[in-house]
Amino acid sequence: MKLTRIGQAAAVLSIAALGLTACGGSNNPGASSSGTAGSGTGSASGSASASEAPQVTGTLTGSGASSQQSAMAAWAEGADGIKSVQSGLKVQYSPDGSGAGVKKLIAGQVQFAGSDAALDADEQKQVQTFCGPEGAMNIPVYIAPIAVSFKLSGVDKLNLDASTVAKIFSNKITKWNDPAIAALNEGVTLPDAKITPIHRADESGTTDNFTEYLHSAAASDWSWDPAKAWPSDLSGESAAKTSGVVGLAAQTEGSITYADLAAATNLSHASIKVGEVFQEPTEEAAAKIVEASKRVESTNKNDMAVEIDYSNAPAGSYPVTMVSYQIFCQTYKDQNTVDMVKAWGTFVSSQAGQTAAQDEVGSAPLAATISDEAAKAIATITVAK
Amino acid sequence: MTTVTAPSPLTAGEKGRAGDKFFSGLTFAAGALILVVLLFVTLFLVVNAYPALVASPAELTGESFFSYVWPLVLGTLLAAGLALLFATPVAIGVALFISHVAPRKLAKPVGYVIDLLAAIPSVVYGAWGMLFLAPLLVPIYDWLHTYLGWIPLFGDPSATGRTILTASIVLAVMVLPIITALSREIFVQTPKLHEEAALALGATRWEMIKMAVLPFARPGVISAIMLGLGRALGETMAVALVLSSGALGWNLLSEGNNTIPAEIAANFPEASGLRYNELIAAGLALFVITLVVNLAARWIVNRHKEFSGAN
Repeated sequence: MKLTRIGQAAAVLSIAALGLTACGGSNNPGASSSGTAGSGTGSASGSASASEAPQVTGTLTGSGASSQQSAMAAWAEGADGIKSVQSGLKVQYSPDGSGAGVKKLIAGQVQFAGSDAALDADEQKQVQTFCGPEGAMNIPVYIAPIAVSFKLSGVDKLNLDASTVAKIFSNKITKWNDPAIAALNEGVTLPDAKITPIHRADESGTTDNFTEYLHSAAASDWSWDPAKAWPSDLSGESAAKTSGVVGLAAQTEGSITYADLAAATNLSHASIKVGEVFQEPTEEAAAKIVEASKRVESTNKNDMAVEIDYSNAPAGSYPVTMVSYQIFCQTYKDQNTVDMVKAWGTFVSSQAGQTAAQDEVGSAPLAATISDEAAKAIATITVAK
Repeated sequence: MTTVTAPSPLTAGEKGRAGDKFFSGLTFAAGALILVVLLFVTLFLVVNAYPALVASPAELTGESFFSYVWPLVLGTLLAAGLALLFATPVAIGVALFISHVAPRKLAKPVGYVIDLLAAIPSVVYGAWGMLFLAPLLVPIYDWLHTYLGWIPLFGDPSATGRTILTASIVLAVMVLPIITALSREIFVQTPKLHEEAALALGATRWEMIKMAVLPFARPGVISAIMLGLGRALGETMAVALVLSSGALGWNLLSEGNNTIPAEIAANFPEASGLRYNELIAAGLALFVITLVVNLAARWIVNRHKEFSGAN
């Protein structure tokens, strides 16, 4: 009992320490990429940098995407760790939805926003009233592979490509033994059963990213624009929330759905064609596509918004991936807010923060290069002149 | 007699009058309060719905607000109507069984159980419908489609059973206790003299119920049905959980259709800007429907008043 307590304390401390190391700018790649909670080096470097780090006190308020909500719990625990070493950083996050979060940031009601979509040019302009002339930066913090999951007795491995997925979800392919599916799965016996595609009934970032993939990678078979709501003229079975679609798919023979990989347990996952090979959805493959993605042109030079290039995905990467951002201002009005945002942002995007989220919700940790870049970007946040 | 000095009639009247005034003031306050609450709800709905009603069609979800809300209105009425269609005969049957047919020993426990059904939260009904009832109905839907498929209502069946028909059945189970409990209370109040007169004239038990009980209870039963309809129209969770929502369609056996409360529940958490106003406006539409339905019910009840057996 006591031992586990001490272990927990050590884990929290070392996570905080890792966050702090990154925060202090002395970004020792050895310490930050090890990421194992409770490692001796972590806590040692933590006590060293704690004395240098600025005191952070206060409450940071954020609002936005509900997709980040459960990861937020893991990060807030990490922030408690920061708190125990420094003086007191509290983070409040309300999962109001991406759009609402961005609106609140523009209005200056929150210090950061969580969003499943990066700020567009218009929003980047609007946010300048609160964030200063350089606007805000989108920092990718939460990467989740979206699995195309199915339940079909006798079949647990399935290969699909973008155009087949688009045809299945737009009710153009209705049988599992359709020649289009059979051609991708030689040697697999596919039953003559009806396919029941299941989509999200509520508006969600998962749907947005999934339809974005279909729209970009299979434009001729998916004519609808990417959106958070499922196309209204497309009929199909639906259920609310990720747990709803996964639950429904699990109890329906011959069903297929799309959901956060970590949540889609009890289902088999289709491998998606990337180049000439079929890639299984994994955390590493999802992180890889984000690492390989091009940056979106932005007026803010520290902006890290990525645009996944579906047609040109490198081997070993998984294209159906959701990237969720935290959006920070380039400048804040006072030093204390700057310190809080820096401490928080650096921790969240650090390898320690990413590992904490992975343990909690099964998201894909950012590649180390992206983490380092995020730390550098966040380090440029200053007080408004 | 002598030890008890009766209070003088005058003071008793004074006191009584003061008490009366206090009491009537209290009831007036209660009555006014409910109107004020209703007024504020209406104001909230109108103020928040207004931007969606005047917005340019391009900014809205559908081609216009009307084209967005119309299928939802029909879906709501369809689900609630079907629910009443299923629930009313059963409810009246159960109520008559308890009040006139069942032996006293059986009537009481059955009554309690029915009341218990009303206390189950709707999310439990929703979960029951989603996890238990829907899969159970799939083979029945397949059968309906095979043998009655020539009726457009029984088209291609859903593989999950998450259809408007399933939602209506769940709603029917939910409104059943309301209609039953109220109808039972009214059936019990049928004047004994009417019943005995009917029996004395040689009526069978069914004829007695037809001639004495049902006419007497008609306005009350209609009110009970309207209360049930109110619950069916406004039910959110159960429908949201049970139905695979979609566009309006005739086929009761496939996914599709949606109701206003379920649409609001599904989209409200992530709604912002005009979408929010649009959902509130849909709520306003539901408010208006409920009002119209209740006024219609009131009118029916009043029209039948003079023919009721009560006078």
